[in-house]
Amino acid sequence: MAACMVKEPGLTGDVRRVQAMVGVQGTAHPRLVTPGEVISQDTSFMRGHGTYMEKGVQVASVAGYVTRVNRLITVTPLRQMYQGAVGDTVVGRITKVQTNRWKVDVNSRLDAELRLSNIQLPGGEQRRSNVEDERDMRALLTEGDLVCVEVQKICDDGLLRLAARNIKFGKLSQGTLLAVSPSLIVQDKQRMHDLPCGARVVFGANGYVYITPTVPQEQASTYIVNFEEVPVEVRKTIGRLKNCIKLLAHHSIMISPTSVMTAFDTSIEQEFEIKDLLKPDVMQDVALATVQSMNE
Amino acid sequence: MADISLSEAEKRYIVDGVKLGIRVDGRERLDYRQLEIETGLVSTANGSARVRLGCTDVLITVKMEMEPPPPQQPNDGQIHFFVNCSANAAPEFEGRGGEDLATSLSAMLDRLYSSPLSLDTSRLCVVPGKHVKVLYVDVEILECGGNLFDTVSLGVKAALWATRMPRIYITGEDGGELEFMVSDNPQEVDRVDVSNAPILITHLRITENLTVIDPTPEEECCGPVQVVVGVTPKGLITTTQQLGAGTFAPQTLSASLKSAQELGVKIHHQLMQRLLQEESIPNRKTKGFL
Repeated sequence: MAACMVKEPGLTGDVRRVQAMVGVQGTAHPRLVTPGEVISQDTSFMRGHGTYMEKGVQVASVAGYVTRVNRLITVTPLRQMYQGAVGDTVVGRITKVQTNRWKVDVNSRLDAELRLSNIQLPGGEQRRSNVEDERDMRALLTEGDLVCVEVQKICDDGLLRLAARNIKFGKLSQGTLLAVSPSLIVQDKQRMHDLPCGARVVFGANGYVYITPTVPQEQASTYIVNFEEVPVEVRKTIGRLKNCIKLLAHHSIMISPTSVMTAFDTSIEQEFEIKDLLKPDVMQDVALATVQSMNE
Repeated sequence: MADISLSEAEKRYIVDGVKLGIRVDGRERLDYRQLEIETGLVSTANGSARVRLGCTDVLITVKMEMEPPPPQQPNDGQIHFFVNCSANAAPEFEGRGGEDLATSLSAMLDRLYSSPLSLDTSRLCVVPGKHVKVLYVDVEILECGGNLFDTVSLGVKAALWATRMPRIYITGEDGGELEFMVSDNPQEVDRVDVSNAPILITHLRITENLTVIDPTPEEECCGPVQVVVGVTPKGLITTTQQLGAGTFAPQTLSASLKSAQELGVKIHHQLMQRLLQEESIPNRKTKGFL
C-alpha cells in the first residue's frame, strides 16, 4: 500500500493574493475606474469603448483602466468574457454535431460555429465536401473533442465563425486543458509554443490553455489522435506547467511563454514538488518570485 | 457531480497518469487537495462552517430547535440533514436539476450519523418524552469542483463542532406544562460532542484495480464508479455506499476500505487540530467570502 499523504487543512485567511499591478498592459500606474465614474469633463475627447456620455460628461461603463491615445479615451475592462477577434487562435471544445457544422464552446457568450467547409478534409488534397463527409462528421470531430482553430469572422450577434484550414489547426491530442480569464493571455502572433522544458503549450486567445507533450512535426492528418502512453518525465513537466499557469492566473499575472517559463524555472530552483504548487503559500512565493524576475 | 465532457485524448491522458502513479496535477493516488475550513460565518445559526477543497465550496449551518420527540424514540434528540445544490454550483443544477444529487447526499449523511456511536443523541434530550433538541443541518453547495461527499462530511463535522446551543433550564411547572428558561449568558452554552463524528472518504475507480482519492471533475468523468466510506476518528467504518454504474473487484474494494480507514484517522486528527487552533485565536475576525 503506498504511503498516504494528507495535506494539512489550512485555515482560511492565511494567505493574501500577490499585490502586483498586473493584468494590465501598458502603464505602470493606470487609473482604475468603476462603472458610473466620471472620467473627464472635457467634451473634446473622443469617446472610445467602455465609455458613454451622460449630461455632458464622459462616464465609464465598465470596470477597468483608462487609456488615452491623443484625443481618444477608452476604458479597457480588467476581466471580460472572450469577445473574439478575427485571426485569433483559440482552443475550443465541440459541444454539438449538426448537419454540416460543429458547435464549439470557446469560453464566450455563445458557442462558436465550425463549418465542415472550413476545415481541411482528410485525404490531403483540397476538395469540396460531399454527402459522405457530412455523415462522417463524427469520425472527424465528436462531442467533447478539443480543437485548435482560428476565428474567421464575427457575426452581428457575436457568434464566432471558426476555421481550421491550416495543417497546424485541428484536433488536439493527449494533454490537459486549463481555463483562465482571456484578459490574462498576452497578445501574441504565435499561440502554439514548444517550451524548452519539453512540452507544447497552446495559449488560446479565449483563455483556454492546452498543454501537451511535444509532438514530432507534420502528421498526415490532424484528426488522428496519438494514443501512445505519455512517459512519466513528460507528465511531470506538464503537471508543473499546469500548476504554474494556475498560480499565475490566481495572482492575476499575465500569462505568456516567458512568465510561464519563469514560474516553472523558479519552482524548480526552489525545489518545490509539483503537488506543493497547489498550496496557497507556495503559490504566493512562486508568484512573487516570478514578478520580481520579470521586472528585472 | 458536475457533468463536464472530455475528449478521448484527455481521458486517456488522465487514466494513463493514474496507472503510472502521477495524476494530472502532480498528486499521487491517495493525496488530497488543499483544504480550507472556516467556522462561525453565519451568526444567525447555532453553528456554521465553510469548507473549500480545491474548487469545491460548501457552506453548512446548524440550527437547533426544541420539539416533541417521536413516540418510538422518546429519549433521543434528532439530527436532520437537508442539502441544497445551488444553481451557481454547476449549470446542470438549474431548476430541479440538482435534486437527485441533493437527495443522495442527504441520504448518505443520514446513514453516516444514524448510529448512536457516531453522535450520542441521548445527550440532546431535555425532557424525556416531551422535549428534545433537534439539530437541523443545512448544506449549501456553492461550487462543485469534484469530491462533494468528502467536503460535505468535513463541513458537517466542523459545523457541529462549532455549534453553540444556549443552555436550557427548567424553571417550573405550570399545570402539567414545563416552563423553560433559555440562558442569555454567552458563556453558558452546550456543545455537540463530535469526538466520534465520522467523515466520508470517496474512492473513485479509474482503471482495473486502481482508485484515486479526492477526484477532480475531470477525473470523475473518467471513472464510472465510486465507493464512499464513512470513517470515525477511531478508524471504524460506519457506512459504505457504491455510486455510479460500474463494478469493483473484491481486492480493489477491500484495498479501498483499508486505505479509507487509514486516511480517515489521519484526516480526523488534523481536522481537530486545526479546529482547536482556530478556536484558540482570540477575537478572530471571520474572513467569510471575501
